[in-house]
Amino acid sequence: MFEKHGVPVLAGQVAETPQEARAAAEAVGKNSGGVTVVKAQVKTGGRGKAGGVKVAKSAEEAEQLAGQILGMDIKGHTVHRVMIAQGAQIDEEYYFSILLDRANRTYLAMCSKEGGMEIEQLAVERPEALARIAVDPNVGIDQAKADEIVAAAGFDADTAPKVAEVLKKLWDVYREEDATLVEVNPLVKTKDGSVVALDGKVTLDDNASFRQADHAALVDERAEDPLEAKAKAMDLNYVKLDGNVGIIGNGAGLVMSTLDVVAYAGEDFTGGKAKPANFLDIGGGASAEVMANGLDVILGDEQVKAVFVNVFGGITACDAVANGIVGALKSLGDAASKPLVVRLDGNNVVEGRQILADFAHPLVTVEETMDGAARKAAELAAK
Amino acid sequence: MAIFLNADSKVIVQGMTGSEGMKHTTRMLASGTDIVGGVNPRKAGTTVDFPDGKQVPVYGTVAEAMKETGANVSVVFVPPAFAKSAVVEAIDAGMPLIVVITEGIAVKDSAEFYNYAKDKGTSRIIGPNCPGIISPDQSNAGIIPADIAGPGPIGLVSKSGTLTYQMMYELRDFGFTTAVGIGGDPVIGTTHIDCLEAFEADPDTKAIVMIGEIGGDAEERAAAYIKEHVTKPVVGYVAGFTAPEGKTMGHAGAIVSGSSGTAAAKKEALEAAGVKVGKTPSETAALMREIIEKL
Repeated sequence: MFEKHGVPVLAGQVAETPQEARAAAEAVGKNSGGVTVVKAQVKTGGRGKAGGVKVAKSAEEAEQLAGQILGMDIKGHTVHRVMIAQGAQIDEEYYFSILLDRANRTYLAMCSKEGGMEIEQLAVERPEALARIAVDPNVGIDQAKADEIVAAAGFDADTAPKVAEVLKKLWDVYREEDATLVEVNPLVKTKDGSVVALDGKVTLDDNASFRQADHAALVDERAEDPLEAKAKAMDLNYVKLDGNVGIIGNGAGLVMSTLDVVAYAGEDFTGGKAKPANFLDIGGGASAEVMANGLDVILGDEQVKAVFVNVFGGITACDAVANGIVGALKSLGDAASKPLVVRLDGNNVVEGRQILADFAHPLVTVEETMDGAARKAAELAAK
Repeated sequence: MAIFLNADSKVIVQGMTGSEGMKHTTRMLASGTDIVGGVNPRKAGTTVDFPDGKQVPVYGTVAEAMKETGANVSVVFVPPAFAKSAVVEAIDAGMPLIVVITEGIAVKDSAEFYNYAKDKGTSRIIGPNCPGIISPDQSNAGIIPADIAGPGPIGLVSKSGTLTYQMMYELRDFGFTTAVGIGGDPVIGTTHIDCLEAFEADPDTKAIVMIGEIGGDAEERAAAYIKEHVTKPVVGYVAGFTAPEGKTMGHAGAIVSGSSGTAAAKKEALEAAGVKVGKTPSETAALMREIIEKL
């Protein structure tokens, strides 16, 4: 991604096995006296600290180090790939990032002559060493802004224009790729005086996927939870947690609130034995089919002992939700074995509750209030 | 009285002729909103029939609709890929209030149109990814169901649509001056603080409910603002105490990053500013009930 936008980087190749790592090291190490860096490719920061970045002095050592790093767990992410990057004679290390500043609703460029270390630590310990410059989204990092950033960071007259040049290209990455974060740490000056992005992290905006078709190829499906992958395929907004009360609701805020209310009920009435198992938002205007898909995903979670369906019908009609529950239970037949607690309010609530009353399924309990339903679901899950 | 939207508001709908636009224009009309036009360059000059015999003319541009009708509010239902240009068109026309309902707009587009509006200084944007704004019995710009609650003394500002509905439902026996759904995206046009300022200035608003959720620090900043500037009683609710770090919870902006953006920090900041914070929506409503009954 950096190369595509002209950001100077060292040669590198991705390897998925130690043997591939060795071959890659032989190729990319040619111009650096056989020295390469083996880096874990995971979507989280702090890889160096976790032992996921190591220098290899030969192709044999690269193979050996790749063997250690592949399969390693870094903050819950399993390493499936390593990058074998050309070694560099580093003279100085810098830091640069550009990200969304939610508070000011602009972008924020951060730059320091002191790179390589954890930037959070630098920001706390020596805030004066970290230049923070606001970037107008409609202007971006043009020459003037790049000059302002490098001047604020205090680069010397020889280095400043070289860094500024790279910053403009990193802005292209940020803007053209619809990123919400582009971080280079470290940005280095090599012994021969060139400025190179040695390691980086980019966060991409999922909402921009309609115009960033090639971003889909970057998703590492092996890193995804199987239930999350299934929900995603059904276009459901699902996050797996590790409790036993499955939760379905409409609207992100209400579902987050439902998780909290279930957690409190679990603490208050079951001694902490009941906890939310997931976040699942079926969204506004959900149909019976969406409701049925949601139940399908949640009932597929073996940890789930009871399910809480919490819907406030604004646009969503409660009768459609009720029909979704009925349809899902009918199609499951005898395979349905987990109790369902349902709380419906709002649009067409009378019709919705009537549908469930007529269906009279032994596993379904209808509760009047959100707090009452949370308690019931927690108690059923803790049984 | 009310904030941002009242009985004199003349509303146009960008994206009215699409399926979402049609559905919600019908609902807005049914709740008494003065919908004076729709915008669609391909259908300019036509009129659209709605139930109860209402006919709404379609204009080619926002500027033309404003000139012909005196519209001062636009509700945007345009799909994400085209939303930015629709909003920019409304800003260029000088539309005073732009309510962006569309969900899924790229954050770059929102950041660009927000800053464009800020530089021009003539438009307030609410949203995107929000349910809109309702001043019960006066006007309804967006998708908030008008039959949940009527007019009354409470002002409500919320990042979440369904929690807005839930809270309006819990407090329906008191009613609302205005309820504003500001949206849960990382970049939004109107913030908690903007609404708090407006509710503080609105003589009919006697108490304020503020609903927040994980992500960013808008609630912390709102707390600081309340401490300095708000004299009316404020009750708060924050969703997402159980949200894990690093996972987006439905709303694009609802994410705890490292130790920042947590619900606990927001609750603490609000309480330090003298705001009573409920553990659940119903407890929050009960806190408001106590306050209103004492007024």
